[in-house]
Amino acid sequence: MSTPTIGPHAGRAVRSRSRLARTPATAALFLGALILAAVLAPSLAPHAIDALDLVNRRDAPSLAHWFGTDELGRDVLTRVLLGARVSLAIGLLSALMSAAIGVTVGAVAGYAGRWTDDLLMRLTDAMLSVPRLPLLMLAAAVVQPSVPLLILLVAAAGWMETARVVRAEVQSLAARDFVQSARAIGAHPARVIVRHILPGVVPAATVATTLAIGRGILLESTMSFFGVGVQPPTASWGNMLYQAQTTMTTEPWLAIFPGAFIFATVLACNAVGDVIGPAVPSSRAS
Amino acid sequence: MRRVLQSVPLLVIISLLMFALLHLVPGGPLSAYLENPNVRPEDITRLRAALGLDRSLGVQYLSWLGAFVRGDWGYSIADGRPVLGRLVERIPATVELVGASSLLALAVALPAGILAAVHRGFDRASSVVAIAGISLPVFWFGLVLQLVFAITLGWFPSSGRASFGSTGFADRVAHLILPVAVLAAVQAAAWSRYLRRAMIQVLARPFIRAARTRGIRERDVVLRHALPNALAPFVTVVLLDAAMMASGAVVTESVFAWPGVGSLFTEALVKRDYPVLMALLLCGAIAVMALNLVADLAVRAIDPRIREDA
Repeated sequence: MSTPTIGPHAGRAVRSRSRLARTPATAALFLGALILAAVLAPSLAPHAIDALDLVNRRDAPSLAHWFGTDELGRDVLTRVLLGARVSLAIGLLSALMSAAIGVTVGAVAGYAGRWTDDLLMRLTDAMLSVPRLPLLMLAAAVVQPSVPLLILLVAAAGWMETARVVRAEVQSLAARDFVQSARAIGAHPARVIVRHILPGVVPAATVATTLAIGRGILLESTMSFFGVGVQPPTASWGNMLYQAQTTMTTEPWLAIFPGAFIFATVLACNAVGDVIGPAVPSSRAS
Repeated sequence: MRRVLQSVPLLVIISLLMFALLHLVPGGPLSAYLENPNVRPEDITRLRAALGLDRSLGVQYLSWLGAFVRGDWGYSIADGRPVLGRLVERIPATVELVGASSLLALAVALPAGILAAVHRGFDRASSVVAIAGISLPVFWFGLVLQLVFAITLGWFPSSGRASFGSTGFADRVAHLILPVAVLAAVQAAAWSRYLRRAMIQVLARPFIRAARTRGIRERDVVLRHALPNALAPFVTVVLLDAAMMASGAVVTESVFAWPGVGSLFTEALVKRDYPVLMALLLCGAIAVMALNLVADLAVRAIDPRIREDA
């Protein structure tokens, strides 16, 4: 095994820079186009939102209906575009809220240390040991959430990873000279955290948030697939698949298209997160 | 032992969470009866008193916790049978599915993770596959496999654990293939990434360079010097990730109507069978914690340095 390709990644830095130029560009472009399409969905959609084409129910994909029609004769492409608004909104907003909770918990725990750190990290561990999806499904079955509440639930179940990453980052930053000096001249802890520590946490939190967007979309779609997420008639990518399983043999397009959009979107988020991840110092140390 | 004690407060937090959730249900634990027109309001009041639901929440929590510890987990709303019994009868199917998929995933992830850490071209290709695997919506992947391999090609049965009346081994294996493929795909993708990262970190350490300068073959450097050092962090993350595996099992079992603990959860969810749901989640959390402990012990067994410290 002495071929030139074997060995340590001597060119890792160079290579990741060249990958940095391509993969995330494609992924980011896809995400951007998708967000744009979601925002413009009402005017982009080839058919009216609730238009029923009762003559062409359960139609296979055709020129008139690119993605086919469902059991009520609704255009699947139109519903995928409108579902994108709901699914992306849930992914993006829940990730931002998770980031806010995670950064706060992580920063406080990492900076305060001692019993505050212990308490917050035990809570984080507890949250991490309950299987996330079943917990969310149970919570959603209990409270039967509207879309805003669903965003809150997904966010409440997704802050732990960010909190851990941020805490580690804050701990290493807090020991650095510039933070020590700020404390030495008597700066208030809140000011030290906000002015000196948080800026250093931004890259790590960005990576965690990017990954959280994909995870949020996956969680929402899975919950909706099991009937406890976004409720019809509001379309989300997940609840479009809710009934698709029973009609898989006759109308596979009902399952294939929404699912492909979930897959592609989550893949794009994870690809961006994977490439910007190694550029962040703390992700190497975890 | 210290770790076992540390997990007690965790369990208390989780049980409080579960208890709060149970009482968040509109109508509380009796909500199933509230919607039933055959149950009169005075029956509700009587049941409330008989079941002790009129006591303070603190007292209720303590008695619930006490009963749970004794193994008295209440009765399923769906069929009136004890929750513990319903849970236990589902365990073998889940163990079979998760065990088979973990073995398959390990068989893929070990070579893939090692090769990705040392071979640039393979790394690029496997990274794409692995990130795709992590991003797969499990339920959709299951549906697509059913469509292609069960419905269109007819190679494998689409659901269940065995054909009706059949006891043949081949029949059992045929039923196992599709759900195992779904679950193993997700596991293998995540695990190969963990191992790759652990290997890259170890390969950057000075003792690896020292081994190389001593003229040790690259193959031995990777497999005998680097791999044992990468295994400890790898085993830890794999076992810590058990919560993710539980989520995957719930979805896979439900899509393939696999009669395990995971599909019991979604069945209970549809019927709003809260006693079963609570017990399953609490057991899930306990199982994840137990695996965390196993991770500690496993790392201790793998890494002599940690053994000596203790």
